Amino acid sequence: MSDLEAFHAQARAWVRENAPKSLWGTSGSGPFEGYWGGSKCEETDPDLLRWRDLGIEKTWTAPAWPKKYGGGGLRREQENIIHAEMKAIGVPRPVAGQGLAMFGPVLLEYGNDAQRAQHLPGIARGEVRWCQGYSEPSAGSDLANLQLKAERDGDEFVLNGQKIWTSHAHLCDWIYCLTRTDPNAPKKQMGISVILADLNTPGITVRRIDLISGFSPFCETFFDDVRVPAGNLVGAENEGWTIAKAILGHERASIGRSIARQPGSAQREVVARARKHLRVEDGAISDPLLRDEIASLGMLEEAFHLTLARIQQSAESGAPGPEGSIAKIVGTELKQRRFELGMQVAGTQGLGWEGPGFDEDDLQYTRDWLRSRASTIEGGSSEIQKNIVSKRVLGLPEGKK
Amino acid sequence: MSGHRAPSLLLNDEQTMLSKTAQEFIRERAPAARIRTFRDSKDEIGFSRELWSEMAELGWLGLQIPESYDGLGLGFFDLCVVLEQSGRELMPEPFVSTLLLGAQALLLGGTDAQKKALLPAIATGETLVTLGYEEAGAQLAASSVATVARKTADGFDLNGEKLQVLDGHLADRIIVSAATSESGYTLFLIDPTQSGVTTKRQCRIDGLNAAIVRLQGVSVKNDAVVGELDGGAALLQSVFDRASVGLAAQMLGASEQAFADTIDYIKEREQFGVPIGSFQALQHRAVSVYTEIALTRSVVLAAARAIDESPEDVPKLASLAKATASETFMHAAKEAIQMHGGIGVTDEHDIGFYIKRAQATYMTFGKPSQHRQRWAELHGY
Repeated sequence: MSDLEAFHAQARAWVRENAPKSLWGTSGSGPFEGYWGGSKCEETDPDLLRWRDLGIEKTWTAPAWPKKYGGGGLRREQENIIHAEMKAIGVPRPVAGQGLAMFGPVLLEYGNDAQRAQHLPGIARGEVRWCQGYSEPSAGSDLANLQLKAERDGDEFVLNGQKIWTSHAHLCDWIYCLTRTDPNAPKKQMGISVILADLNTPGITVRRIDLISGFSPFCETFFDDVRVPAGNLVGAENEGWTIAKAILGHERASIGRSIARQPGSAQREVVARARKHLRVEDGAISDPLLRDEIASLGMLEEAFHLTLARIQQSAESGAPGPEGSIAKIVGTELKQRRFELGMQVAGTQGLGWEGPGFDEDDLQYTRDWLRSRASTIEGGSSEIQKNIVSKRVLGLPEGKK
Repeated sequence: MSGHRAPSLLLNDEQTMLSKTAQEFIRERAPAARIRTFRDSKDEIGFSRELWSEMAELGWLGLQIPESYDGLGLGFFDLCVVLEQSGRELMPEPFVSTLLLGAQALLLGGTDAQKKALLPAIATGETLVTLGYEEAGAQLAASSVATVARKTADGFDLNGEKLQVLDGHLADRIIVSAATSESGYTLFLIDPTQSGVTTKRQCRIDGLNAAIVRLQGVSVKNDAVVGELDGGAALLQSVFDRASVGLAAQMLGASEQAFADTIDYIKEREQFGVPIGSFQALQHRAVSVYTEIALTRSVVLAAARAIDESPEDVPKLASLAKATASETFMHAAKEAIQMHGGIGVTDEHDIGFYIKRAQATYMTFGKPSQHRQRWAELHGY
């Protein structure tokens, strides 16, 4: 037995012995499901909290981070094994969220020792929750057009401007922002810097945004003469675009993966909804067109999972490449098709917003369907992903956008 | 799919080398333009026997044939590595008839004597063995077969007609399905030179060679039965599953090549003073094809792996691979023509051969909707 096989056996045993039974089968085990933590966290499920504590004690909340920063000091293959074992039984990772999935890896690569020591342990323990300050009202797909001004004033930067789509900012402790540090740079991609801000700093205001689904996971975050220490600059001043692209790479890959859930689950869900609404207990669904559409979805789902597996197997390093774009394009399409089919089989029973005459599952499903429309927009729209693949993989010449 | 752990979807070092060697050999020796040459010269064979022999010497024809029958004893996965490359240039050589139909039927159902007699000669390229299953009016021989095998004192008497039998015009042996009871049919191995067998060459759009095989009072002995008596349906289904995966590997290669040629073209072709590949309307559609090819690669490799390692997953994965590859190849071929513009619809350009093959492969071994129906049945809905 190789070292890795031995580790696999240990990881499987540990996860199965320690994960509270109530959590089994509750998660697709993506990086954004489960306990998000932070100082404003109001989680009360004792099993979720116990699982968090066990994960922290084992240092398996961030298995591949260095030990001195609260990680497990393991290799990436070992981390993949741990996450695969959690996914295999459907338990969430002990701690989830932006800090672990996106900001931490970037700080490990581009931050300095002091920043790592200051921020990583709190993320690994789920004590500090991070959000991302990227988009602005005039900088969506054209992200490099961002205008949040950061001016150097002695030992501080002074921030003025606005971020939008700052996910869960109202529940977060810190934000990592793309800022404009040189408004006179010859190209808009130049003159951008990554700056960290404690959301408790005076001058920061957070306002929530309601979506068509009625959910409000997103916020607008306003900066009005916000003063942060100069040491909050990550990487070199005016060279933040490289870091931004790296973070977006992580985001694409993790959105694709987090959509994946369990293999076969999308098909099972739609079949179950079809059986419920069409009142067919078991056996064949009699409508051949509906059956064909469900099978088409099920096949795409299987192909997507196999492709994620193939990408993971072939990735020699952990750096997500353009294949993250494929994962996002296909994963979000799969998600939308799944909800569309699930709504189609529900007919008028899927039209409820709230109140009597509709069951709770259907009401929630309808909200989730509406929420799914955002998936091909957030984290870089499908069109932007296609631009990326077109340029970086296919090598097609850039044209007028 | 059983469980959550995906099978290995990577080529090992030897397979990577094999893939590279095959790609270079085929690009140099077997360009797709040969389809036009064979068609226009009304070539009696329709492919190159010399090339087939050379590939036999390279070991490609016997890759998956066991060592006990003079093959290399590797897996179906290895065979698919070569099939993918053969698909790139739409090779008309008898991969489907002999390696995917004849050889798989023998491997799955043949007696030791039948295997000894034929598999070593298949590996050397000397013998071609095909399978006739299609009949007038039947899309896919699944349940009923019009060809009849009547029991005689020491064997059977066969009467019927098979259509579009791949390489039936020059195969050394033809395996045919024939009804042997009210409810079942059986596969028989026949020698087309024997009395009562006539073959008539058919001409298809895609450059593959086929024939009508008519059986009139063809007498065979009991030892001509392949597999179980009345067990033809199950055996044929297993053969089709493998053949579907192998064909999907060819479709994957063909999609990749049609796509690569198209990308090259739109990088060079200028209109309005710029390469047309700089237009976002084309770029986004190109990415859609690229994405579908990436998905297809995954399902083809998974299905090929299952044939070697997890037979219980084969029915689902074979249908997944065949349906996915069919849709991808058709999409890639249509977009290839559209992005080539006017030149793409001329006979002079090779890209048009891809849509012809795409249509043929789409319809072979069940079209995507049939595989989706089977997928739904296998998943209980």
